[in-house]
Amino acid sequence: MTRVIAGPFNRVEGDLEVALDIQDGVIARAEVTTTLYRGFEAILSGRPPSDALVIAPRICGICSVSQSIAAATALRNLAGGRAAPNGYLAANLAHAAENIADHLTHFYLFFMPDFARAEYAARAWFEPTAERFKAVSGNASAEYLPARRRLLEIMGLIAGKWPHSLAFQPGGVTKAIDIGERVRLAAILADTQVFLEQTLFGVSLDDILSMQTEEDLEAFRAKASGDFSAFLGIADDLSLRHLGRGPGLLLSYGAYHEAETSLFPAGIAGLGGVTPFDGSGISEDVAFSWFSDTAETPFEAETRPDALKDGAYSWAKAPRIDGKPMETGAAARLTVAGHPLITALIARDGGTSVRTRVIARLIETAILVHAMQGWLRELRLKEAFSTHFTLPDDARAAGLVEAARGALGHWVTLTNGKIERYQIIAPTTWNFSPRDRTGLAGPLEQALEGVETGALGAKSAALQHVIRSFDPCMVCTAH
Amino acid sequence: MDAFDDAGSARAVDGVPARCNKDDMNAVIPSRAKKTLLWLQAGSCGGCTMSVLEVGAKGFMRELQAFGIDLLWHPSLSEESGSEAIEIFEDVAEGRRPLDILCIEGSIMMGPDGTGLYSRMAGTGKTTLDWVRRLAPRARYCVAVGTCAAFGGIPAAQPFSEDVSGLQYGDGLEGGALGRDFRSLSGMPVINIAGCAPHPGWIMETLGAIAFDEFAATDLDKLGRPRFYAKTLAHHGCDRNEYYEFKASAEKLSDLGCMMEHLGCKATQAVGDCNQRAWNGGGSCTHGGFSCIACTSPGFEAANGFLKTPKVAGIPVGLPLDMPKAWFVALAALSKSATPERVRKNATSDRVTTDPQRGKAGRE
Repeated sequence: MTRVIAGPFNRVEGDLEVALDIQDGVIARAEVTTTLYRGFEAILSGRPPSDALVIAPRICGICSVSQSIAAATALRNLAGGRAAPNGYLAANLAHAAENIADHLTHFYLFFMPDFARAEYAARAWFEPTAERFKAVSGNASAEYLPARRRLLEIMGLIAGKWPHSLAFQPGGVTKAIDIGERVRLAAILADTQVFLEQTLFGVSLDDILSMQTEEDLEAFRAKASGDFSAFLGIADDLSLRHLGRGPGLLLSYGAYHEAETSLFPAGIAGLGGVTPFDGSGISEDVAFSWFSDTAETPFEAETRPDALKDGAYSWAKAPRIDGKPMETGAAARLTVAGHPLITALIARDGGTSVRTRVIARLIETAILVHAMQGWLRELRLKEAFSTHFTLPDDARAAGLVEAARGALGHWVTLTNGKIERYQIIAPTTWNFSPRDRTGLAGPLEQALEGVETGALGAKSAALQHVIRSFDPCMVCTAH
Repeated sequence: MDAFDDAGSARAVDGVPARCNKDDMNAVIPSRAKKTLLWLQAGSCGGCTMSVLEVGAKGFMRELQAFGIDLLWHPSLSEESGSEAIEIFEDVAEGRRPLDILCIEGSIMMGPDGTGLYSRMAGTGKTTLDWVRRLAPRARYCVAVGTCAAFGGIPAAQPFSEDVSGLQYGDGLEGGALGRDFRSLSGMPVINIAGCAPHPGWIMETLGAIAFDEFAATDLDKLGRPRFYAKTLAHHGCDRNEYYEFKASAEKLSDLGCMMEHLGCKATQAVGDCNQRAWNGGGSCTHGGFSCIACTSPGFEAANGFLKTPKVAGIPVGLPLDMPKAWFVALAALSKSATPERVRKNATSDRVTTDPQRGKAGRE
């Protein structure tokens, strides 16, 4: 048995270290370490509730709008208020823009460059892949980054700037969109659609949205020439559908809410189907985390650092629902929503895999562009974009939303008009959870067990694929 | 190929002629050697990197190439992981590999109790604080990217003001992780690209100016911020200017009026050319409908109640920089009495309800 430490594990958002016990070229045990703690929950306590809208987004520079929307949702729920219908729609437009940018940044800058590693030099697909996706110098990033810049112009119109905006408020958004701005938003979406259709997919979004079965996906791969089908070819060659299987249960809080509905529903999916999720049953355990013991439910818990705690190995807590770890992200969102293709892939493979996580993310970009075009049409430009209401002095409420990487929750308690307690569980807290007191490993830790690293140990590309397939956001994880 | 686009034509940068010699690796930089850049994230949210990825017609990496900047390693972009990355850090720290520019993004976590254990550089067993102190003296220029690396930023808010610092400033004072006397090999103090997150142009233009070899201490303000964006106030160019002039104030977020009197806007107190360049194609904080929180300033995180203007006897405590208080109060009263009806009405609306009217003389 050899113990190796992989880190700094880069091309993820933030700082990640993974300790691996390797036996005969196979990972026997993995410990996932979040190496940074900044203490946002402690910084938030004692402040007026509206300060959460300044501070919470600054947890994360890549999913800042998601953090804003979780905070604004929690504040809105504290008051039992409603946002203006336009407010939900405008916030959804910005949120979806961020999430598309995150999915594509993951694909083009973080994930695909691993297939350009020298380890794959003998593969038939290596040369074109290296030319396209080699880190820093590959030609795909020179096409993707301008498309990203154009997409993020949505932020200039709705959010003032990105990252870190105060536009997202409990009652909606701070800026009314006028008739000219709606046209400009539509033009940006049209350009994003062109990038997706011509560069990523090589087919129309309608073709992507109509895929229902593995056979549809295979037919697409055979005819399309974009970056997605290139990935599918590599995935087949490397059997990525058998790599990095998740722990089984998939969690979504539901995403892109309006007053009564949401684009994606909340739920927990397992191989037996989808069960409803009502927000209860969530706990956080600190047995292997650098924190003092505390209550387990997020409304009651404190976050008190203990950097020298014996046996601990991460700044992340271990979230569970009814004692079970959950995988979260685009694959979970689409499975809970009953997407036929993603559901079929997971059923066939017996769980999530490196391949399915990537497929779900890219398909979701097509779904979101389509949804955004609908939200843009639904805006009633003559009506308000924000309601205004007073927050109570004493109340508690949660804001449960979905970031690109999955389930994001803020739990807030107000006392005498100030934040008494603020607890956050981020998507990668779920996915990259350490063990809990029963010794149960987190989703990535489970997905890494049994992965073959051969003689390459921590340098093995398979290890890189499994870890990056979750698109971890480590800065959110421990916050 | 660095400075050439796919068509093979040379690119020009403002005021600097591109050369036509395709073999010249540094076409936009007249006769300068390549520069090396190492970028590390400390107690960071990653937002500064997310911002700078927006620069350039072909993206950040092509922009760096065009300026002759060789990226040794960046946590979000480079292939090298684990031991391959650590080898690069060690080569620089031991002086085996020359480093022109060290960019640090994120707060320097000094705590708990000075150990730096709140932030370890993954895979190295050392704290980020240790790495920053080893690497910074090896760099010709040391750049704090963002307010966190410059001054501590949000993570330096209470209760962590003793545990978190910027590279050369902590809690608004000289010192920080590297100390007040620190100078990089060029003789410069830390260059502080303050902003949360900074405009992508602030970052790229600082790197480009360094590549031009013409960036000097006199190009920084007294807090080490590049003067090219810090020599004006965030307020300058604000599209709520008319409301400011007439003290026609917004009462709630979403109103069009000036946000200084009631909603905590600090744009008249904070440096930045925020309203003179486009954010994400055309926005800014005040254009987006919300207050400036002075994110380019040391100690901005100490505010308690960002969205409400602190007042004494009805007068805002924070008045515009270098404006005598008595004059401000007198002028404000005068302006309020002269406010046109149009401005007064629009100030408390989320859209213009009263258009400019044709005057008696027939002019618009």
